[in-house]
Amino acid sequence: MTESVNKSRRNLLLSTSAVGVVGAGFAAVPFLKSWLPSERAKAAGGPVKADISKIEPGQMINILWRGQPVFIVNRTDEQIGVLESLNDRLKDPQSESAIEPEYVGNIYRSRKENLFVVIGICTHLGCSPKFYPDLVPQQFDSEWKGGFFCPCHSSRFDISGRVFSGSPASRNLDVPPYMFLDDNTIVIGLDQEKA
Amino acid sequence: MNSITNNEKGLMAWINKRLPVTQFVKDHLTEYYAPKNFNFWYFFGSLALLVLVNQILTGIWLTMHYKPDGAQAFGMVEYIMRDVPWGWLIRYLHSTGASAFFVVIYLHMFRGLLYGSYKNPREMVWIFGMIIYLALMAEAFMGYVLPWGNMSYWGAKVITQLFGAVPFVGDALVEWVRGDYLISDATLNRFFALHVVALPLAIVALVVLHIAALHTVGSNNPEGVDIKKHKDESGKPLDGIPFHPYYTVKDIFGVGCFLLIFLFIVFVKPDFGGLFLEHDNYVPADPSVTPALIKPVWYFTPFYAMLRAVPDLQMGALVMLLAIVVLFFLPWLDRSPVKSIRYRRWPFKVALGLFAVSFCFLGWLGMQAATETYKMMAQLFTVYYFGFFIWLFLYSRNEKYHQVPERIEH
Repeated sequence: MTESVNKSRRNLLLSTSAVGVVGAGFAAVPFLKSWLPSERAKAAGGPVKADISKIEPGQMINILWRGQPVFIVNRTDEQIGVLESLNDRLKDPQSESAIEPEYVGNIYRSRKENLFVVIGICTHLGCSPKFYPDLVPQQFDSEWKGGFFCPCHSSRFDISGRVFSGSPASRNLDVPPYMFLDDNTIVIGLDQEKA
Repeated sequence: MNSITNNEKGLMAWINKRLPVTQFVKDHLTEYYAPKNFNFWYFFGSLALLVLVNQILTGIWLTMHYKPDGAQAFGMVEYIMRDVPWGWLIRYLHSTGASAFFVVIYLHMFRGLLYGSYKNPREMVWIFGMIIYLALMAEAFMGYVLPWGNMSYWGAKVITQLFGAVPFVGDALVEWVRGDYLISDATLNRFFALHVVALPLAIVALVVLHIAALHTVGSNNPEGVDIKKHKDESGKPLDGIPFHPYYTVKDIFGVGCFLLIFLFIVFVKPDFGGLFLEHDNYVPADPSVTPALIKPVWYFTPFYAMLRAVPDLQMGALVMLLAIVVLFFLPWLDRSPVKSIRYRRWPFKVALGLFAVSFCFLGWLGMQAATETYKMMAQLFTVYYFGFFIWLFLYSRNEKYHQVPERIEH
């Protein structure tokens, strides 16, 4: 059999197959790319405004930006006061690997010390954490100092959205870009740097 | 073809010359020799086929009344339940069928573990079975998203977020799977396409391959004896009986028993106390509110418990993936020459029993809120799950076992 192989025919066969494989690869591109977000979905992610004048200290409002919940918390002095003392219980107290704009890089993770803005999506698997503002022992943490608790997989975050050690989430909660239009109005998804 | 031996006349002869129907029926039914000692564990293969037919039939009918639209999907399911004639029955047959599918498949797989049905020469049968199991999980997950309840929504979010654990391209991959920055109409639409067209096609093709591979090597049996070793003069196995009529009739009895239980659930308790249809899914999808306790449907909870047991996303996802991947390698992890548990000694019996118990326990833990105690228990059982395979690999190399008989003696 091997003696009767026609070399040029065999080369033709191999090159035809190779062209076929490459062609199939190219043909797959449009099918795979059609799964990417559509132009309409991309356009739908514009900034949103919210009125922050009615948030009492210790309260939180929940608004939607790009279909994700954004939490805006008016923190009390007591809640802010304990932040420093929590550092050694956290995975990333200085938010070095966090996704956040540059202007919030401190332990408060906010532009105004009391007003905390954060994307309400757990960095573990995308559930929305619950707000547990009170500094009282909880079933999931006997030394609770206020913050967010994810009911899905028990990730715990302090009131600056920093993740506690022992949580399945490995990154602090993400902070979206935002800016204040005036004392009462905040814009999520837009800041001076980008405007 | 051989026209001398083919002395049939009439319509069948005409057909057989063009398509060997009679030969096919002989090869796979009337002259497919199965061991004579099948017990009740052997019902679950044919029952899986029955449930597959049920899912396809009721599924086609459900698509006639459903719209995969983020704004309408939840309402369409209510419409099927209340306004479509007999819609409630068709939907409950489909939703209960999904759970029944996994009950049957888990028992079918456990049968394989009991009698060593995954071993040489049936490795391909086992591997095709495992691929079917994977496809079935994808199919069930996407089907669960379609009613667009709040648990559908957040379940889809959590599961698609798992792709984020892939190094480097994780976040881009999540966006690609969802087709948006969040779970949205685009996600619902593609899940519908996959659930209704792509995956059922793949599953049917895989089932054909699973059975083709089985019929090439022949069925195993509770004794783990090879019936092809002893044949009569005409080449028929002495301990074999034709699949039809012997096992077709036996399977009809199994189908009867199965339908009694299945239809009782469909008519009396279709949500099965929140296990088959979860209470949080009677609330429309809401991107801003996560249900208080997120849990998948019961058939995924063993793996979900493993995911939660690991305090790190990437490691947790890896453990969950490995829990399934390790099963693919079972034919090579178990090195014992003895197939059936009947001729293996007590260490294997105890270990396999504990393996089944720990799998069920993980399933229960996956449904509970994650407290510290439960998390530790889940970690313990996860270690046992993987420990079983490591132990089996080492133990089975020089395993002491009982003498396996030459033939099936009863």
